[in-house]
Amino acid sequence: MTDDHTETRKRDDTNRMDELVPDDPRDRVAGETVRSDGGTVDSPFETTSSVEETRGDRLDRFLEGYARTPWSIMRQDWRALVGLSILGVYLLVATLGVYLVEPSHPADGPQLLGAFQNWEYPLGTTSSGRDVLADAVHSTPSILIMMASGALFTIGVGTAFGVVAGYKGGMVDTVLSTVTDVFINIPGLPLVIVLATLLSDWINNPVALGVLLAIAAWAGLARAIRSQVLTIRNESFIESARAIDLSTRWILTKEILPQLMPYIVVNMVNAARTIIFAAVALYFLGVLPYSDANWGVMLNTAYEAGALYRPEAYHWLLVPMVAISGIAVGLILLAQSLDRVFNPRARARHQGGEEEEPMEPETDDTTDVMQV
Amino acid sequence: MDWKLRRFGQAAFTVWAVMTLAFFLTRMMPGNPVDAFVAQVGPQLDNPQEAYEMAEIYMNINPEAPMHVAYWNYMTSMAVGDMGQSMSQNAPVAQIMAEAIPWTLFVMSWAIFIGFAVGISLGALMAYWEGTKFDTVLTGYATIITSIPFYVLALLLLITFAYRLGWFPTSGRRPEGVTAGFNLPFIFGIIHHAALPVFSMFVASGVASLTMRGNSIRVLGEDYLRVARLRGLPDRTIAVRYIARNAILPMYTGLMIAIGSMFGGAVVLEEIFTYRGMGYYMIQAVRARDYPLMMGAFTIITIAVVIALLVADLTYGKIDPRAGNEGNDAF
Repeated sequence: MTDDHTETRKRDDTNRMDELVPDDPRDRVAGETVRSDGGTVDSPFETTSSVEETRGDRLDRFLEGYARTPWSIMRQDWRALVGLSILGVYLLVATLGVYLVEPSHPADGPQLLGAFQNWEYPLGTTSSGRDVLADAVHSTPSILIMMASGALFTIGVGTAFGVVAGYKGGMVDTVLSTVTDVFINIPGLPLVIVLATLLSDWINNPVALGVLLAIAAWAGLARAIRSQVLTIRNESFIESARAIDLSTRWILTKEILPQLMPYIVVNMVNAARTIIFAAVALYFLGVLPYSDANWGVMLNTAYEAGALYRPEAYHWLLVPMVAISGIAVGLILLAQSLDRVFNPRARARHQGGEEEEPMEPETDDTTDVMQV
Repeated sequence: MDWKLRRFGQAAFTVWAVMTLAFFLTRMMPGNPVDAFVAQVGPQLDNPQEAYEMAEIYMNINPEAPMHVAYWNYMTSMAVGDMGQSMSQNAPVAQIMAEAIPWTLFVMSWAIFIGFAVGISLGALMAYWEGTKFDTVLTGYATIITSIPFYVLALLLLITFAYRLGWFPTSGRRPEGVTAGFNLPFIFGIIHHAALPVFSMFVASGVASLTMRGNSIRVLGEDYLRVARLRGLPDRTIAVRYIARNAILPMYTGLMIAIGSMFGGAVVLEEIFTYRGMGYYMIQAVRARDYPLMMGAFTIITIAVVIALLVADLTYGKIDPRAGNEGNDAF
């Protein structure tokens, strides 16, 4: 009997919505639109939204969707807790640790001191007498900046190409998909090595390097997002948006992008891992110009100093290895738990943060519609 | 048929695009290798004009020719397999590459095959025993192995099995003192040298197994599987024809991209093991600023990936009957 309100009822926050409406809106319109067609109270075309959504409501809904529900799920997921704490430690090292640990210089200490032998050099020293711990700590900020810029660029370009190609179709799709395919076919590391060698003058800061590494990483994401958009664009809510003549820009940013958000966030975390692996590989190969120590450079110098066959230098090789793998573990655990956060089943359980059953009224409504 | 033709066209286009990119980078960037070469070699010669001729011999690009002529000459010589002359190795680039290609293909195809086969089987087992201790242990193992970069695993393997235990050679690609050919010691020696590089790529199995696990669990809940069970089909048929097939197909795009990145990884891997394949020569070229060899190696590695992906795409059509009809939407 309330078929005209099903649209509003179907929202996630059904219960709160009802409380916000002080009086039944049907009372207002009942007198004007009663027809003799057997009881339909008012035309479904006249009521677009029976409730005005205030700014506060919208903020509330945003927080609910992007902060409270994810947090309530993640709080109960050990993966998220471990992953976030690992990343938090790296962040602390990159911000506070840099001030606590003095930067190291050649001949600061004895040569090739082992780890855990002298508490002045907890992780030992290199063959030139540099403190391994200080080197590892002081390379964290630049690596994190590289990771962030690379991951953001990857998802930015990948999402833009994928969404536009998938939604526009036709000629635009052909051109963008061709570019994407070319980049998928070009193996990433060799391309980055060639570009880094030829453009070495321009790659003098972590942000630029992150962007360069992302050049080899965005295409796969673009292709995956394009095929997702291909299915979303035929959904009825996009069709209605087109029918009421919303601009393409609006549809892309306000209707399609939120649908893809889970996918994009998970991929951003994975892209960060790819970027770090590639960056350290390039420094390890010694094809990037560098001015200060970082994990890849440490691996490189240790390798060059013959750490592979000198057990007394193992610690020098192991510290950067553990640093890379550690941050990767953090990122993977975070990606796995984010996958759960966006899983609709886990979400429904945690919506509203209470033990209520938000699915119930919705199912009732649907059966109602079916009967009418 | 139309779809196959389109796929071939796309592969050809990619090769053309990469060669054009190579030309653009070698000739048109500010401070590009050709200009740098002329500026460096020119003053040392009695007749500075000779520098231009030498540039053309080494890089197939005549710095004096107008851009479109230089481009045309570059593309035509690439098309007939003339990739210029290596400065550091003192041999034609094409010859160095032709000799290196089989080694890289040998190692990488085994690495890809073993990585995916192990990953997919482990993923299936994990899904089959979902929730048991076996599943928990293996999921943990897969997560850890995924977080280790392949070159770190390569270094660890090299330290443990080559330097400490001495089971495998520390470098090189073929046994010494054995005549090359189809004889047992030689074949065994090659496998012996390739073993560690192949197993370094084992990290790829981690991602594959986790994806396979998720997909299989999803398929296990599908209705058509209940129907298949009710029909009384043997377990084996259900496992292979229903679950495995439907779980592997969605992984396809991921596997394709993995092929590309694993071939790219050959650059690092061959450098670590001093395995003289395409990637090894590429890094040597970068270190020596030997631009013709660098660009040649880059082009050849890319063409190898393009061909590998083309083959993968065409065989995919055989596994999934839907791929051929839907055309390029079947990415």
